[in-house]
Amino acid sequence: MTDIDVHAPGRVELLLGNEAIARGALEAGVGFISGYPGTPSSEIIPTIAAIAKRNNIYAEWAANEKVAMEAAAGASFSGIRSMAVMKQNGINVAVDFIGNLQMTGIKAGMVLLVADDPGPLSSSNEEDTRIVAKWMDFPLLEPCCAQEAKDMTKWAFEVSEQCGLICMVRTVSRIGHTRANVKLGELPEVEKKAYYQDTWNMYHPTKGIHCTVGGFDAGLHPGKIKKFATVKEILAKAPQEFNWYTGPDEPELLIITSGVAYIYAKEALKILKLEDKVGILKLGTTWPLPEEIVAKHLRNTKKILFVEELEPFLERNVMELAASLPSGTRHINFYGMRSGHMRGYGDVNVDLVIDAVLKIVGGSYEPRDVTYGLEIEELAEAAPARPWEMCPGCPYRPFFWTVKTALQIDGRDGFSLVDVGCYTLGAFNAGYWQGRTTHAMGSSFGVACGLGKLEQFGFSQPVMAMVGDSTFFHASIPALVSGTWNNANFIAVVMDNSATAMTGHQPHPGLSTTVMGDTASAISTEAVCRSMGCRVEVCDPFDMEATKNTILDLLSDDSGVKVLIVRRLCELVRARVEKKPPFKMHVDPEKCIGEDCGCARLCTRMFHCPGLMWDEKAGRAVIDEVMCAGCGVCADICPKGAIIKETLQE
Amino acid sequence: MKPLPKDPLNILVAGVGGQGNVMLAQIIGQALVMEGFFAVVGDTFGAAQRGGSVASHIRISKDTEYSSIVPKGQADFILGMEPSETLRVMGQYANPATRVIVNPRVVLPPTVISGADTYPDINEVLAAIEKHCSRSWIVNATEQAMNLGNRLYANTILMGATLGTGILPIGRDSVVEIYKERFADPKLYRANVKALDLGISLTKESC
Repeated sequence: MTDIDVHAPGRVELLLGNEAIARGALEAGVGFISGYPGTPSSEIIPTIAAIAKRNNIYAEWAANEKVAMEAAAGASFSGIRSMAVMKQNGINVAVDFIGNLQMTGIKAGMVLLVADDPGPLSSSNEEDTRIVAKWMDFPLLEPCCAQEAKDMTKWAFEVSEQCGLICMVRTVSRIGHTRANVKLGELPEVEKKAYYQDTWNMYHPTKGIHCTVGGFDAGLHPGKIKKFATVKEILAKAPQEFNWYTGPDEPELLIITSGVAYIYAKEALKILKLEDKVGILKLGTTWPLPEEIVAKHLRNTKKILFVEELEPFLERNVMELAASLPSGTRHINFYGMRSGHMRGYGDVNVDLVIDAVLKIVGGSYEPRDVTYGLEIEELAEAAPARPWEMCPGCPYRPFFWTVKTALQIDGRDGFSLVDVGCYTLGAFNAGYWQGRTTHAMGSSFGVACGLGKLEQFGFSQPVMAMVGDSTFFHASIPALVSGTWNNANFIAVVMDNSATAMTGHQPHPGLSTTVMGDTASAISTEAVCRSMGCRVEVCDPFDMEATKNTILDLLSDDSGVKVLIVRRLCELVRARVEKKPPFKMHVDPEKCIGEDCGCARLCTRMFHCPGLMWDEKAGRAVIDEVMCAGCGVCADICPKGAIIKETLQE
Repeated sequence: MKPLPKDPLNILVAGVGGQGNVMLAQIIGQALVMEGFFAVVGDTFGAAQRGGSVASHIRISKDTEYSSIVPKGQADFILGMEPSETLRVMGQYANPATRVIVNPRVVLPPTVISGADTYPDINEVLAAIEKHCSRSWIVNATEQAMNLGNRLYANTILMGATLGTGILPIGRDSVVEIYKERFADPKLYRANVKALDLGISLTKESC
């Protein structure tokens, strides 16, 4: 890809969906963009940040999504088009502000870009954020592909500006993380001048342009409703290609669909050769529902199937509309999640749509020769599972190893809570099953606030709550404040690998560079915790002996919240900066006596770093030179000292 | 525009996280767009950790967008960077007409190394692959790359081997042009073109 800000209208590029969204924002003349990293939305902000300065744009990572939304609103209030970017969990954090922002409205176009993750393919939960648009009353656009993602993002700024409310663009993983052809549009020449006008005073009795009915909050809600009433008219002017129908005039079955589900429906009908019998009503503007086009097609069919992911959003809204139509819809059979033809979880695919369609219209479909299919499926079962594993050289592996050791030595059934990040793997085999719970960002500290106050009920198990360095700043500090003030007894662990690692090593407030490459004053995690009066210890997870002793010492201290900062740079970042590994590792074949050792293959069976192999023939451990990161930790695992680390020459 | 034998033509690149199949699929996609096709490349999904199963999906059409995931049994060509991953992907996506390139170099998951799971006999895996496709090429890309001095050339060799089969509607020139853009260091660029040509020669003569 050439630069995302290339001025070449009409040129076709293979763009990642998230790059297409970034391009759409550029084509709309965006001035301000803020967000928090979260798969599958993380590429949007860095794509814009890379070209921000030369295009007079400001891009940032905020501490969390609520702050991102607030910052973007500040820009909008001052006349600068802005965008807030987040994944589905992020909107939960931001929603308190959104509920208030909707009351006052915005000035310059403001887009809320939310990337949902049906599957979930890389999230701790599944959520359909379209419901927030209906709940909070703002327009919702759902692109079906990269091209629409670009075009809709651009148009969303206009929609927002026209109705005075935020406009949401909702994508999913299969759009944001798919590359496809995108035809570029014009880049506008915009003068970006920020000025906060004095008429923009929410609560002023005469100047407050949003409080014309009765002043203060009495006017806000009616004002919002009035504005939302204009949205239908604005969306009715949607470019034709966003909402349309394809198929026969009176289809045997009508599929109503939106977003990426449309692509699956289209392909399913092509495979089944049903395009002349089954019609598709493809909606791009899904809230408020484009009633006119929907009502028209409700009259022309007797069977309707809703093809969408996660929640029966279209299904409920269309049925709501159908109930209000004077012509009545008693002749229509509705199929979808309610009827069990579609599932209310996971991502949709072509095969699921084929099944649902055939259940309604009859007929059968075999994707391949049946005998062949059974044979190859059985053979494929021999492929070994590849469970999640931390990278070779990851600082978290030795830390969870040490936590397991320390809690066993302590002997009071102590346990750990993990949070959202690479260290979530601590709750799996990769982290020796140490983490017991994972919920929202920062929830491990919050849950520990409860566990840490159960002493009066006979609770005596030690609790270690773990958050990452970025998660610490995102949403863990209020829980730390609460726990410290209420004197809850737990160890608050900050797993500091100096990066928002799992989403792609984005910077955060603990680091000294911003997403635009500017120098920032890093906020010290230690200083934040010490300012609350917490005892703070810092350890290097590669020094397992010292870390174990620190943990044991903290376990014996029951004076409220103790903070343990576990600091070691993410191996992927280190390798990028330093190029060469710290050590060259090898196994001394004289010292490793394999199964005769009595260690029960501690290195390859228990510690299981992908860089350690077991040579079946020789009955010895070996280093896999292709995988090994040269961190040197396994040398301290081997009880015989058979794993040797050699310092590499400078 | 080169002729497309089938619309859509469905390609899968199967491998293990860290092998670079996402990058390989992206280069194929870029070359397709350069040659005037409509390409959809489904990127890596799931926790993008090293060591997990990764399959990239490429859908090729003259004029329209298909979904980013190949429907069941509809793969026309599978580029396998690892044997068991090739077999896994075939289980879901292959049909008797599918053609397959497979790199026989095994990547063991830690669960196999620890003894908690087993890796099937490599010869049986390769035999199963060969038996269940219309044409297969075993391309020892990792070994050939080591001979060139760096295991990273394995991907370039596999890219070349793919071109050599003539299945994809893209020419060597497009790929070379993309390499020129990607590898700023002329030494690295030349080495990759050399690896690409080696790959082409591995499948072309048997065509």
